[in-house]
Amino acid sequence: MRLIKLAFVRLGVLPFLLLIAVVIFALLSDNFLTGRNLLNVVRQSTYLTLVAIGQMFALLTGGFDLSVGTILAITSVVGATAMATAFVAMPDSIPFVILIGILAGLCAGTLIGVINGIGVAVFNVSPFMMSLGMASVGFGVALYMTGGIPVYGMPIEFGDIFGFGSIYGVPTPVAVTLVVIVIMFFVVNWTRLGRYFYAVGGNLKAARLSGINTKLTLFLAYVFCGFMASVAGILLTARLDTGEANIGATMPLESIAACVIAGVSLRGGVGRFENVVLGALFIGLVQNGMNLARIESYLQIVVIGLLLILAVVADQFRLKVIASMQDY
Amino acid sequence: MELRAICKQFSGTLVLDSVDFSLKPGEVHVLFGENGSGKTTLISIVAGAYRPDGGNFLFRNEPVEIFSVNHARALGISTVFQEFSLVPQLSIEENLFLGAEETFGGILKKSVIRKRAQEVLERLGFSLNPSQQVAFLSRAEQQMVEIAKAFRADLSVLILDEPTASLTDQETEQLFTLIEQVKAQGVGIIYITHRMSEIQRIGDRITVLRDGHKITTVDADVSEEDLVQLMTGRVFDQIFPDIAFQPANRMLEVRDLKTADNTVRGVSINVANGEVVGLAGLIGSGKSDVARACFGCSPISDGSIYFNGELTNGLSPRKMLERGFFYMPSDRRDEGLVMMRSARESMALAALNTPEFSRGVFLRRQEEIQRLRYIAERLNLQPANIERVVEHFSGGNQQKILIGKSLTRKVKLFVFDEPTVGVDVATRIAIYQFIGHLCEDGAAVLLISSDLPEILHLTNRVYVLCRGVLTAELQSDNINQENVLRHCFERDAA
Repeated sequence: MRLIKLAFVRLGVLPFLLLIAVVIFALLSDNFLTGRNLLNVVRQSTYLTLVAIGQMFALLTGGFDLSVGTILAITSVVGATAMATAFVAMPDSIPFVILIGILAGLCAGTLIGVINGIGVAVFNVSPFMMSLGMASVGFGVALYMTGGIPVYGMPIEFGDIFGFGSIYGVPTPVAVTLVVIVIMFFVVNWTRLGRYFYAVGGNLKAARLSGINTKLTLFLAYVFCGFMASVAGILLTARLDTGEANIGATMPLESIAACVIAGVSLRGGVGRFENVVLGALFIGLVQNGMNLARIESYLQIVVIGLLLILAVVADQFRLKVIASMQDY
Repeated sequence: MELRAICKQFSGTLVLDSVDFSLKPGEVHVLFGENGSGKTTLISIVAGAYRPDGGNFLFRNEPVEIFSVNHARALGISTVFQEFSLVPQLSIEENLFLGAEETFGGILKKSVIRKRAQEVLERLGFSLNPSQQVAFLSRAEQQMVEIAKAFRADLSVLILDEPTASLTDQETEQLFTLIEQVKAQGVGIIYITHRMSEIQRIGDRITVLRDGHKITTVDADVSEEDLVQLMTGRVFDQIFPDIAFQPANRMLEVRDLKTADNTVRGVSINVANGEVVGLAGLIGSGKSDVARACFGCSPISDGSIYFNGELTNGLSPRKMLERGFFYMPSDRRDEGLVMMRSARESMALAALNTPEFSRGVFLRRQEEIQRLRYIAERLNLQPANIERVVEHFSGGNQQKILIGKSLTRKVKLFVFDEPTVGVDVATRIAIYQFIGHLCEDGAAVLLISSDLPEILHLTNRVYVLCRGVLTAELQSDNINQENVLRHCFERDAA
């Protein structure tokens, strides 16, 4: 019992939720605990994992980013349009065409992050209003560019490589996500910038008096967030083989949920990177399990919302337990 | 009121071990002890915030059990906690009757509330306008509102937790007059303080707590030395160390400094290596603002600042840190520490960009841990676990962590802004010794403090500020209470 308590305090509620979910879904469906299905879960979760990592930076600094869904959409639309246009102009140099498309998409998505960052860091707009405003702006631009119609005409190789391809048996999206996870793990835990995100979110004034460029740190948090979301946008576009303005609508909620379930504090300054990756996987796992158990998709949305609230309640309880443990 | 053999434990740790405590009507009973000795827990039990695990609570000779703060209030037990329980956005009157509003069928009787608020304030002799918003009040005025809140109902026990921590001497006098008044009405007062002078001034009896045990209850005429000995269990010859001053070349020279918000108007000071210079003045005299302006965290409108012979006007805190200027803010929660992170991260924060702590953008975590273990040991951090979250340390140890920040990088000038506010005597002594060592090692130290004994005993030169203007510079022999105080107050038609 004492061991469980210690594990709860140390690791938070997430490991327990994961365990419970695996047991329940394994009982509900024979197909759940197969290697094939679990690989499927990992592949489906990559997009959310990337966005959740980005969201974590915003949350660590005490803000959040509601425009991550829009960033996915605008990346997809701009990337696909650029790629299709370049393909018409240069049908022979496919690698170059794909590169142009990816760069255009990443730039467009990251640009939204840059604007968010300027608004929050320089003009002191609250992250809520800034990212909500940009979500509307970005979504509007994406719809305006496409007229609401999916963008076709990308080279087929793009989808084959980045959507359905694999490197040494690992699906490309998973491989890309793994690389990003490793890099970001180092950024968060082993660089000054990573430490500064925590410090700025934990106590802005103390960080400033400690000689930290707090505006730059805040700005970079949103740029990172935008970049992560647009990487997810590119991968998702490759998977869908079209540029869509309507993707990513559930991303703001799901990415915040993944972080909060992982123990990232909404007040900033607290949260572990590894747990966020697990948090995103957990949400993917629950969605997959519910699909296998034939739970209706509308009800699934209800479950995700309830899990989010449950995680927050559990975290409050955890803080109480910590407070009662004198020497922790 | 009487408490018998009160016990309280938090997850296995006994915080209060069979403590007896009694309070007679019309007396001031001082609770005295180091941080973490159980004072706050004891008054929280009396105030109904915690429930005891053992022991009896007698109120007017009858056993009672107090369920909640509201229940305690109903019995006439009111507490003024250290941390204010006021809502800044509401007016004074709304705060006074928060949770006890008079209503008529759910509708607020605003005129009745205003009238009663006025009555309470008048009875206490506070000149405050009940309709004013609390956010615009000074800390002392907020304290008055907090006290008035305790008086809104009939009162028999008043608990004051370090009420003078944020008050100026003048306001403290006002508070003491008030306490006398209340005593005369037969109210028993439990008073927590770290200041010796106050104990002798207003206390009737003193109960000393140490590590959750009651050491003794004595009458208030005991000597200071005896009290310190009772509290810490050790004998102290002296609280203040003897510092060998050897003023050398000038580290900081400020000429005609004016800040943009006009809190400082034409101040010139200088600080040299090997000396401790005091900056005294009342709250609001601009003494912190001088240092903050030099450190680059508040803008200046005129004047020049030379640090180590270099003009440093308008440089950012980061640039000043790089040049060896360290400013330790007075409010550790607000500006000093990252409360929810570990002690290690808070201490290393200001030094992460030095080669000792990082190579390029990458952190050198092993070196960081080693270095901070050493610092924690040097400061005698308790518990000596640098991975512990700052929030969970006691106040005195949080202050040590704040001081530890200055040891992580090379510093030529240390500016300590109120380094011992809300700190127990043992930590206080440690901090004074620390300052002494810094000075003897040849560093320049600027000590900003509202605590007069601190200024008198630790410094070899003192600047006194009053309303943003320098009123005096006192040299070693002239530093005495009278001289400093005289210059703290504005002279008529000066």
